[in-house]
Amino acid sequence: MSEARTARGAAVQLETVTFGYGEVGFSFDVTFAAGKITAVMGPSGSGKSTLLNLVAGFETPASGRVRIGGKDVTEAPPAARPVSMVFQENNLFAHLTVEQNVGLGRSPSLRLSSGDRADIAAALARTGLAGKEGRLPRELSGGERQRVALSRVLVRRQPVLLLDEPFASLGPSLRTDMLDLLCALHAEQGMTVLFVTHQPADAKRVADDVVFLENGRVAVAGPASKFFDGSGPEAFQRYIGADSDRSQDFARKRT
Amino acid sequence: MSRSYVPRNGSYVAGISRSRDARVTAGLAALAFIATLIGGALLGLGVEGAGNIAGALAAFDPYLVRVARFTLWQAALSTLLSVLPALFVARALARHPRFPGRGFILQLFAVPLALPAIVAALGVLALYGRAGYFGGLLSSLGGGQWPGIYGLSGILVAHVFFNLPLATRLFLEALQAIPGDQWRLASQLGMSNVAAFRFLEWPALRQALPGVAGLVFMLCVTSFTIVLTLGGGPAASTLEVAIYQALRFDFDPARAVALTLLQVALTAAVVAFLARLGADMTGDASLPVAPRRFITSSAAGTALDGMVILLALAFVAGPMLATVAAGLRADLLRLAGEEAVRRATLTSVVLALLSALLAAVLSLSLAMGRRALMLERRRRPVLEFLTGSGTSFVLVIPPIVIGAGWFLLLRHLSDVFAIAPVMVVTVNAVMAMPFALRAVQPAYDAASERHERLCAQLGISGWTRLSLVDWPGLRRPLATAFAFAMALSLGDLGVIALFGSDTVQTLPYLLLARMGSYRTEDAAGLALLLGVVCLALVLVADRLGRRGKEA
Repeated sequence: MSEARTARGAAVQLETVTFGYGEVGFSFDVTFAAGKITAVMGPSGSGKSTLLNLVAGFETPASGRVRIGGKDVTEAPPAARPVSMVFQENNLFAHLTVEQNVGLGRSPSLRLSSGDRADIAAALARTGLAGKEGRLPRELSGGERQRVALSRVLVRRQPVLLLDEPFASLGPSLRTDMLDLLCALHAEQGMTVLFVTHQPADAKRVADDVVFLENGRVAVAGPASKFFDGSGPEAFQRYIGADSDRSQDFARKRT
Repeated sequence: MSRSYVPRNGSYVAGISRSRDARVTAGLAALAFIATLIGGALLGLGVEGAGNIAGALAAFDPYLVRVARFTLWQAALSTLLSVLPALFVARALARHPRFPGRGFILQLFAVPLALPAIVAALGVLALYGRAGYFGGLLSSLGGGQWPGIYGLSGILVAHVFFNLPLATRLFLEALQAIPGDQWRLASQLGMSNVAAFRFLEWPALRQALPGVAGLVFMLCVTSFTIVLTLGGGPAASTLEVAIYQALRFDFDPARAVALTLLQVALTAAVVAFLARLGADMTGDASLPVAPRRFITSSAAGTALDGMVILLALAFVAGPMLATVAAGLRADLLRLAGEEAVRRATLTSVVLALLSALLAAVLSLSLAMGRRALMLERRRRPVLEFLTGSGTSFVLVIPPIVIGAGWFLLLRHLSDVFAIAPVMVVTVNAVMAMPFALRAVQPAYDAASERHERLCAQLGISGWTRLSLVDWPGLRRPLATAFAFAMALSLGDLGVIALFGSDTVQTLPYLLLARMGSYRTEDAAGLALLLGVVCLALVLVADRLGRRGKEA
């Protein structure tokens, strides 16, 4: 995929964004550096998913602006934003084949040119799914399904990738494989990645930066190295706890 | 070829927002259609009543009071006779999960729901009528000629035939909802049958009782076909039948208005009462697999339960068997060759197909509209209610009332009999819509739950979304809705009784005509045909619906 290089990461900026439903209030003011992988961490309910939904356009801020690559996308609907997103589950349409599911990333009405088809085949080969084009999602393992979702990310070639705990329901070794795949794809496409995870080990493995949320606000943000050398911010240390080295071995369900 | 990340064209923005609006618009259009149908009928009644206030007031005479009293009286008796035995039948069925043929009995108990009322009425006549299979037996028992079953007794028998199985299934559902752990606990505590009934079964039944009794009462208050065919005269006439007679025979619009207003007031009162009890207007039981029971009955108890079940079975199966037997005695080949029968069959099928199509479209529009409304952060509870659970309330406006309103409104403008097809199609579609919505809405909501964000992210919207994403999941529930609506429309005698004529006849209308001219054998043959077709349709609907749930 020679044209992969054309997709460059774009900075994601939330400018004094506020958002609330019910009695929960969120307020974000943060910039995600272009082309970097940033781990978004924090306790349940701290606003990780909400932050991603605001960037993706599933939620509209009450005030403030959302910018991607400097362009104001606050009012833009999800499909008009230069963003791909991978959820924990339901990334695929159960009645469509692997190839069709990936093809939807190119054309939402599945009108594909021969060039599109070649790209789809290449993306599937890249994620290790060659030969499984005609399968239905139910004939795939959990890890393979997420590979299909990543293939679609590849053919969409958007400068921003949002990952909402995509590997949380996979086993430890499978998760490691997927993280390595993510790193490889990132090295090729150079997109900006916002990666929500509960696993400090995952963040440590792939992230350049960490943004730590608490109570709907960004508590700390900085280079990942600062967080994991033991001298990290106190709130973060409290969150990952003393036994963080053991907890890395089981996958947590999203809470 | 490089792709830039900016939207490929500006229409994306509009595409998304338009598709959101389109779903809401579809829902609102469906609501507007229903509102027009009902509103037009009320307008017709209003205009007629306002034009002749004195006449409408004068119509509130002793006859009308008598009719209203009889309406309530037969409904109350029917409810009592259906619900009380149903308590025992349900308990017996719940206590013996391995009763031989239990599954078959439960399926048989679902049949009356699918059977057109006129078919059941004929079955009751074939069994208990003066010339019925039991006529001779009943004559010799009573000493003297059996007078037949026309009148209150016929109405009651038919109503119980319909509602005893329904109530039984609903009560059984309540009983099977008792958690298995409670039964384990009861057996550990050494509870006897009586104690288990008192502490486990009765509380569950008592909770279901008001809702079930309310539903049955409602069905009996608005019953038209049964009373028309089995009432046998002015002594046993209900408001709905009186409306029909006022319009079709006496042509007394003022009286029709008075009767209709009374009927609307009556049903509104019953519904208000029911709503407070939390009854479900579309009443239909879904029965899970019977849980294991830990309390064993005594031999005497088992024998008693077995007898209760067999009695109920005989009562429900009797008219069905009589329908089949009487129908087979008819000269079916000659009937099939008759021009009138062929025309009526064709008319029935075409109207039912159109009605089912309309019902499916209405329910899909409402389901989409409601879902789209719920996805918006701004809550609009009134619209959500109207497109969702509120739709059941159309069931409280009897088809006869809608028909009467339009009849009165349109008779000044055109030939009322010419619009018969339109009325039959639209009214039956709206009446089938709440049931159709029950199949379509959960499927649509579940699909949307899974796909909504993905579709928004990938920009799949509008027609593409309907055909590519939603259709595969909706095919089965829509087919269920379609088949059910078609069965309902095929068997209906309400609207066509008002609007039918020599030029537009459906099978039930033809059946009624043959009964009226004492061609009983013809009627029995037609009833068999109609019953079999409706039953087949409902079976298809049920089969599709079930497979849809498994997938």
